Amino acid sequence: MRRVGAGVIQKTVRELCIKANLELRGDVLSALRRAKKKETSARAIRMLDIIIYNALIAKKKRLPICQDTGMVVVYLDVGQDVLIKGDLKKAVEKGVLDAYREGYFRKSIVSDPLIRRNTDTNLPPVIYTRIVPGRKIGVSVVVKGFGCENASRTKMFRPTDPMSLIQDFVADIIKELGSKACPPMYIGIGIGGTLDKAVSLSKEATLRPVGESSKSRHIARLEKDILKKLNKLRIGPMGVGGKTTALGVSILTYPTHIAGLPVAVNISCHATRDARITI
Amino acid sequence: MKRIYLPLTKDIIKTLKPGQEVLLNGPVLTGRDAAHKRMIEALRAGKRFPLSIKGETIYYTGPTPARKGQVIGSCGPTTSARMDPFTPVLLKHGLLGMIGKGERSKEVTRAIKKSEAVYFTTIGGAGAYLSEKVESSKVVAYEDLGAEAMLRLVLKDFPAIVAIR
Ligand code: SF4
Repeated sequence: MRRVGAGVIQKTVRELCIKANLELRGDVLSALRRAKKKETSARAIRMLDIIIYNALIAKKKRLPICQDTGMVVVYLDVGQDVLIKGDLKKAVEKGVLDAYREGYFRKSIVSDPLIRRNTDTNLPPVIYTRIVPGRKIGVSVVVKGFGCENASRTKMFRPTDPMSLIQDFVADIIKELGSKACPPMYIGIGIGGTLDKAVSLSKEATLRPVGESSKSRHIARLEKDILKKLNKLRIGPMGVGGKTTALGVSILTYPTHIAGLPVAVNISCHATRDARITI
Repeated sequence: MKRIYLPLTKDIIKTLKPGQEVLLNGPVLTGRDAAHKRMIEALRAGKRFPLSIKGETIYYTGPTPARKGQVIGSCGPTTSARMDPFTPVLLKHGLLGMIGKGERSKEVTRAIKKSEAVYFTTIGGAGAYLSEKVESSKVVAYEDLGAEAMLRLVLKDFPAIVAIR
């Protein structure tokens, strides 16, 4: 049994929250640079230039990439041979609290979804704890803004529905809501499982580096087809028109029931932010 | 690029063309969901606004807190459509300008045109960059709303695109 103190988790979560908010993911930054090379419209190029410049000064000046410093989603993959000493949930929460205070990040969480009073701490985060083999702990922190979270959708398809209907579903969402979700976007899609499984896969899908495709051939094909379709919409960077509406499409699948085909689409903006580490 | 000096007037608005890029200079108010809801509730209850919005421009943003020595933290636009239910009433009370991101509803688009007001979009998710375009910031209403309090900002060459007028 390996022992890990809760204090280590607290420190890790704190550091990851700060890093995610100040340093744009390297793969996202490269994708933005590649997109800039492909654009021909001067306005689209200027928007991409500003987005790239924004990431550089955020890092340099220690200013958040975006003022929506999000709701924090923490994934803990705890090895079954690890014994955590102390209160794990409290440690994660304390880590978030420290980061949002010390980092001067915005506190965007209300305690009750209907009464809506700001907790002024950015607590609580959403925490997913999974038990995995081994003696390590994987910690991933996603900082999720709600401009794009609000543009996310889910639909239960018929098992006999053709793939083209799924493609249309995604394209219709982007057509209707894309301009509000700070394009160019990264599209996470979860297919299969139950309703909730599809939704959680769709968010996890955005953790995969932009530009990498699925290991299964038919899914990689679907990712490519959807991306092509989205970029034909010509919404462009920040909606000014152009070739880059989406930077990438990432699909995760799971076995499902004979009667169902759940599909969830989680939109992530150009400020797709997360950070992770294994301890 | 054309520089616009705030506060707006109908004469200034008349010179603007949809799609035109401009640089905004001068005072704006900030306000987002919770502040809008409160303003409208105050109106319905027959109370007055905490401040006059006649001739004002509202920037839909909730900045991050400023560090010592900074004017403001990151301060990019939030999604304007969430303010759609409140906008026609504010326009009736003299609001002339709005800055945000994304499209507006048909009804709001019509109301903006009818009241000879203007809606600008700016660069979403570029909060760190836009913080360099703000000269001063001060809380003017609803301080208890925290990140959603209403601020008075003074903009300096703040980039925007005329979206609806
Ligand atoms: S959608 Fe993303 S980039 Fe745009 S304001 Fe929200 S968090 Fe920031």
